Amino acid sequence: MIVETGHYALVLALAIALINSVLPIWGSVTRDQRLMAVAPSAALAQFALVAFAYLALTYAHVVSDFSLANVVENSHSAKPLIYKISGVWGNHEGSMLLWVLVLSVFAAAVALFSRAMPDDLKANVLGVQSWIAAAFLLFILLTSNPFARLAMPPIEGDDLNPLLQDPGLAIHPPLLYLGYVGLSMTFSFAAAALISGRIDAVWARFVRPWTLIAWISLTLGIAMGSYWAYYTLGWGGFWFWDPVENASLMPWLAATALLHSAAVMEKRDALKIWTIFLAILAFSLSLIGTFLVRSGVLTSVHAFASDPQRGIFILVILLLFIGGSLALFGWRASALRPGGLFAPVSREGALVLNNLLLTTCCATVFVGTLYPLALEALTGEKISVGAPFFNATFVPLFIPLFVAMPFGQTLAWKRGDLLGAAQRLLIAILAGCTATLAFAAWRGGPVASVILSGLAVFTIIGSFADLGARVFGRGATLATAGQRALGLPRSAFGTGFAHAGLGVTLLGLAATGWGAEKIAALTPGQTIEIGPYELTLQSLDPRKGPNYSEIAGRTIIRLGGVEQAVIEPSNRFYPARRMSRAEAGIATLGLGQVYMSIAEPSPEGTVNARLFWKPLVTLIWIGALIMGFGGCLSLSDRRLRIGIARRVRKTGVPSPLPAE
Amino acid sequence: MFLVRFAFLVLLVLAPIRAMAVEPDEVLSDTKLEARARHLSAELRCMVCQNESIDESHADLARDLRLLVRERLKAGDSDAQIRAFLVRRYGDFILLKPPFKLETFLLWGAPFLVLLAGGAAIWLFARRQHSQGQAVEGLTEAERVRLEALLREEPRSQP
Repeated sequence: MIVETGHYALVLALAIALINSVLPIWGSVTRDQRLMAVAPSAALAQFALVAFAYLALTYAHVVSDFSLANVVENSHSAKPLIYKISGVWGNHEGSMLLWVLVLSVFAAAVALFSRAMPDDLKANVLGVQSWIAAAFLLFILLTSNPFARLAMPPIEGDDLNPLLQDPGLAIHPPLLYLGYVGLSMTFSFAAAALISGRIDAVWARFVRPWTLIAWISLTLGIAMGSYWAYYTLGWGGFWFWDPVENASLMPWLAATALLHSAAVMEKRDALKIWTIFLAILAFSLSLIGTFLVRSGVLTSVHAFASDPQRGIFILVILLLFIGGSLALFGWRASALRPGGLFAPVSREGALVLNNLLLTTCCATVFVGTLYPLALEALTGEKISVGAPFFNATFVPLFIPLFVAMPFGQTLAWKRGDLLGAAQRLLIAILAGCTATLAFAAWRGGPVASVILSGLAVFTIIGSFADLGARVFGRGATLATAGQRALGLPRSAFGTGFAHAGLGVTLLGLAATGWGAEKIAALTPGQTIEIGPYELTLQSLDPRKGPNYSEIAGRTIIRLGGVEQAVIEPSNRFYPARRMSRAEAGIATLGLGQVYMSIAEPSPEGTVNARLFWKPLVTLIWIGALIMGFGGCLSLSDRRLRIGIARRVRKTGVPSPLPAE
Repeated sequence: MFLVRFAFLVLLVLAPIRAMAVEPDEVLSDTKLEARARHLSAELRCMVCQNESIDESHADLARDLRLLVRERLKAGDSDAQIRAFLVRRYGDFILLKPPFKLETFLLWGAPFLVLLAGGAAIWLFARRQHSQGQAVEGLTEAERVRLEALLREEPRSQP
């Protein structure tokens, strides 16, 4: 009964979304307050209904209701509770439902927390949100109904794909969806601005928190996914330039560019048209990502849904939204007036350079991902575009950003002084050079590792050069420095941390060149050296888990004879799906990791093992966490809080924020 | 139909996972040759897998190819010779880094074209805005008179 009610709630949500996609926008065009007032309550009702549908599906998974096709295909009564809950979004139907749920959460958040927003902007934004919700609800109900019943329920389910039975999967998709769908907010804002023909600093300030939320979630979601791949796929890689990974990287690049161009717009009223275009682009790339993953156009580990009918449906949604918004853009963009002037060497100029490089990176990933598909469709010729291509094109385009980042931060708005910026960055430059020499002397190794780690140190220190000068400059005592630090806007610290985080990630990536790898057949009792460590395989023990059996290789890690850690890499077998997977044994020692994965033991009692020593590898993900922290700091900035915006509105329309 | 294909896909991707990517018995004793083999195999596609190099893949075909690469290396072939040999056998599909030729011109050219086009657009836009900006800077006669009048006025008491 609960299941049917959930299905019914989903149909009702579609009806409400359809109503809400027309009335508020009509109201904003005819200036009818009553029609515009429909939007917030309809958005809240839609949220309640979708949330109910989602909980109904979760309920069916938790109680293992095997009369549901979705539960049979993806669950098992012996599966641990956490994977019963995360398994709801570990399949096509459920993940689309999660997509719509997140969309509804965002719409409800706008309805609840944006009282200060002008009524017509709010009505238009919620109206555009409802178009997206309606399209995806229709998609779910017509092609991917999660509530489909089976006439002959089986006694046991098929279990969830073992690769997905992992805590990482519990967090990765929701985070990524928060990011993808968060970009739908910026898209709705852009469409609303185009509909009303008005775009100003108020718009920029209202859209900024949503871009930031989307960006933070994407950053953390991508990092989480990469760590998940690192420890589950079992060969120690963390980024494969897989089309599905690229599908999440493209929106991230576009969102990063959007964040920066929106900053120019907020402070200096310039780059308006470009910002609108980026907002459309970012969400279009999220949709394309969804299409690539969901349609089965690319079949990879993630393609747990391959059905051409669905693919065509998503393609239609894609064309409608991207084509429609670009047409709207072409039609209305000329109505937006360009604003503030600036010299080429200035903060704005640096941000334009940032946008140019990020957009080019994004285009490179886009072309690289889709070119083989297009070429095969057009000429029938098959080519592969893999990691070596992206390493040769993307990396040289991205590296200059690390050099430009600290300079951009220290340049003044409107007109900057490159030499002055270099002087302010003197400490960072010296530190970078020293680090390069130190790494060369200490580790040696590949030239790229040495140079990139020096660059990373420059970026990390350079990210705080401007803040440091503002806090400690001009004869500050400790007390005045503290006061000054408190007086600075939090978003300035946010920028510093986000940039430094990227530098930290680069340091982790550069350090991969100093790692070591060994492939060996081990017998229990055998010791093998890897990097500075000695690893002893003690025993191979068969064990039993809730829905799998495994053989674990208990291994002791020693450094100079002293025990450091014990790891238990294992090889698991899931009988329900007749599949096995390796569970890597990982020990974090300092900032580096010892990584070991084993295959199934041979009858003679030896086991094939792959062992890695990866110095500083954790910095890759720690950097992403620091970036996310910077984003959160920026999000908590006083000027972005809703109450402030409300007060400003009471005293009149705020002018663009003064340039710092 | 969907289920069948789904099951097939899962099998294709996951079934061989019991094996390891590079197995110990494949490793060459000559470390220099082995390093070359690893480097080469990272750039060759395992053709029955999804976007995996033969270095990472567990599939049987990948193992055969890894052994083949190592055999050719031991026979004294250069990297280019081995690549050419494999392309003759399997086509360009096996190269994860596509060769530069007519069909891939746009692929390799895209980053440069976008960078150039973007740079040119920014330059043109900046120039146009600059010239417009100068036009705005001049005052009309009426504005000048009003400005002078304002400047002559006594400053009011500070708020």
